[in-house]
Amino acid sequence: MPPGAQPPSAQPPSAQPPVAPCPQPPGAQPPVAPGPIGVVGWQRLHPLSPLVRSSRAVAGIAVVAVLNAGQVRHGNPLSLAIYGALILLGLVAGFIAWLVTRWRLDADALRIETGLLRRDSRRLPVDRIQAVDLVQPFLGRILGLAELRIRLAGADGSRGRLSYLSEADAHQLRARLLAAHHGLDQATPPPPERVLLSVPTGRLLASVATSFLGSSAGALTLVALVLSITVPSALAVVFGSSFSLLFALGSGIWRRVTSEFRFTAAAAPDGLRLRAGMFQTVAETIPAGRIQAVRMVEPLLWRPFGWRRVIVDVAGGTANRRGRTSGGGQVSRALLPVGRASDAELVLDRVLGDHRVALTRPPRRVRFKAPLGYHFLAAGYDRRHAVTVNGRLQRTTCWVPLEKVQSVRRLQGPVQRRLRVSSVHLDTAGRSVRAVLRDREQIEADAGVEELAELCRTARAARSLAAPLSSVQ
Amino acid sequence: MRVWEALVVGTLLGLLIGGGVMVASVVAGLAVLVGILALSVTSLWFLRRRFRAWHYLERAEDLVVVRGVMLRRLSVVPYGRMQYVDVTAGPVERLFGLATVKLHTAAAASDARVPGLEPAEAARLRDQLARLGEAKAAGL
Repeated sequence: MPPGAQPPSAQPPSAQPPVAPCPQPPGAQPPVAPGPIGVVGWQRLHPLSPLVRSSRAVAGIAVVAVLNAGQVRHGNPLSLAIYGALILLGLVAGFIAWLVTRWRLDADALRIETGLLRRDSRRLPVDRIQAVDLVQPFLGRILGLAELRIRLAGADGSRGRLSYLSEADAHQLRARLLAAHHGLDQATPPPPERVLLSVPTGRLLASVATSFLGSSAGALTLVALVLSITVPSALAVVFGSSFSLLFALGSGIWRRVTSEFRFTAAAAPDGLRLRAGMFQTVAETIPAGRIQAVRMVEPLLWRPFGWRRVIVDVAGGTANRRGRTSGGGQVSRALLPVGRASDAELVLDRVLGDHRVALTRPPRRVRFKAPLGYHFLAAGYDRRHAVTVNGRLQRTTCWVPLEKVQSVRRLQGPVQRRLRVSSVHLDTAGRSVRAVLRDREQIEADAGVEELAELCRTARAARSLAAPLSSVQ
Repeated sequence: MRVWEALVVGTLLGLLIGGGVMVASVVAGLAVLVGILALSVTSLWFLRRRFRAWHYLERAEDLVVVRGVMLRRLSVVPYGRMQYVDVTAGPVERLFGLATVKLHTAAAASDARVPGLEPAEAARLRDQLARLGEAKAAGL
């Protein structure tokens, strides 16, 4: 059968693996040979992918096996056999998944076919590509493999994954996809990136230690230690009760450190490229046009250092490990895990453009209603963004591009009515950002709702007239 | 929603539960009946206030919904942001020939719901919103 002439539906839904018309020698194959586009046929994933794919499960089984090692020592070879069988089963499943998966890059779309019993044939049009992310698990890094995650534009957040390709192939395919997306020849080399900032490991560790997670874990350990020294008889109780909490906090800290280790942000033509990870490294792109809202938090213990954290809500989320999007196609990502004010300015400039908005404070009488929160309370808006500042222990500043606002609400509770103030909420599709112009003067809020609705409409109209995603800076 | 709704539901509920208790003891059953009737009359007053405060306004570019007595809310939802419109009618609403229209946007917090519409008005509002939403649709 000639390459490319095989319709996807011609594949029998059986164990018969879809043999690539031009099989590649396993190992070192360039995924797309230089030459005319579309001539290259179906490709397989890297033959070591089953190993990497099942590595997590195997590691889990190994841990259980080690924990239950006592059983084996007590002359129970059966359990060892069971563990062995489980690992083998995982590998076989991975191998079958590898056998039945294939992909090809045409001039206008990337096609991925997979599935043994239920065939899944996916066509990802290059002009709808939103971002191409590169994920490398620990074992993948050792073996030189990488997973490619392709996100498409659209509210449904459809996506494709290729796990795994060799590192070089993954980089090449990504460059080709992005070049094709921008309407260039697929062989165009990828445009250079400019590194904006990186987070030193020392600062990351210090920031996690002084974050809520770190400080509460520290306090808990201190209390447990003091208690166990002063009341030695209560040792077992103290450790028994605090262990599970400490474990949860510890795993949270661990996850934070490993996932944000050696964080760098670079300005790429298609958005902001974030790289981070200790064992598993992720290189993902935040397309500037997809940002729904930005939040900057300054926790209490970070304030002496002048540190802050910048988080964005992005539409059309990346697939998580199981291939589903978290939170209905919306994800929030740390654009800056921890950084100084100048770092924050840098990323904010990059994703929001000119984001300095004159802020005004609510009237002083609001202190009766919000004695603590009044300290930082402020809000303001201009033609492009609305900015709100809330929080006392953790000062939180939210930016909402007006073109992304879904609806505007004005709320007034009984106490607010007495104080003649009301709050204006700006609803966005994001999950983590809540932009509230809290406790504004009533007259101002009434006019503000009207004005914001109008400004949002003009911002939206200007946006839809502007160039499409590809040229968004 | 019509004020009768609460009254009829309250009476029915009172008769049902009160009747049930009356099998055991007539006095207790009557007390329950009176209690539930009183409750339904009180809630009737609250419901009346609540639904009198509920307004909606179709403007050129957006739908405005005002509601709430204690906590007053005003929502402005642009037609362009609408993802879909729901028309629902629960069993009690159906009993009285009423329906609720709800506008959904990509934001979970958006709050544009108009309850207690006549079916004809609900259908008109739904079609109007769907038409305007399509005409002014904006992406995410």
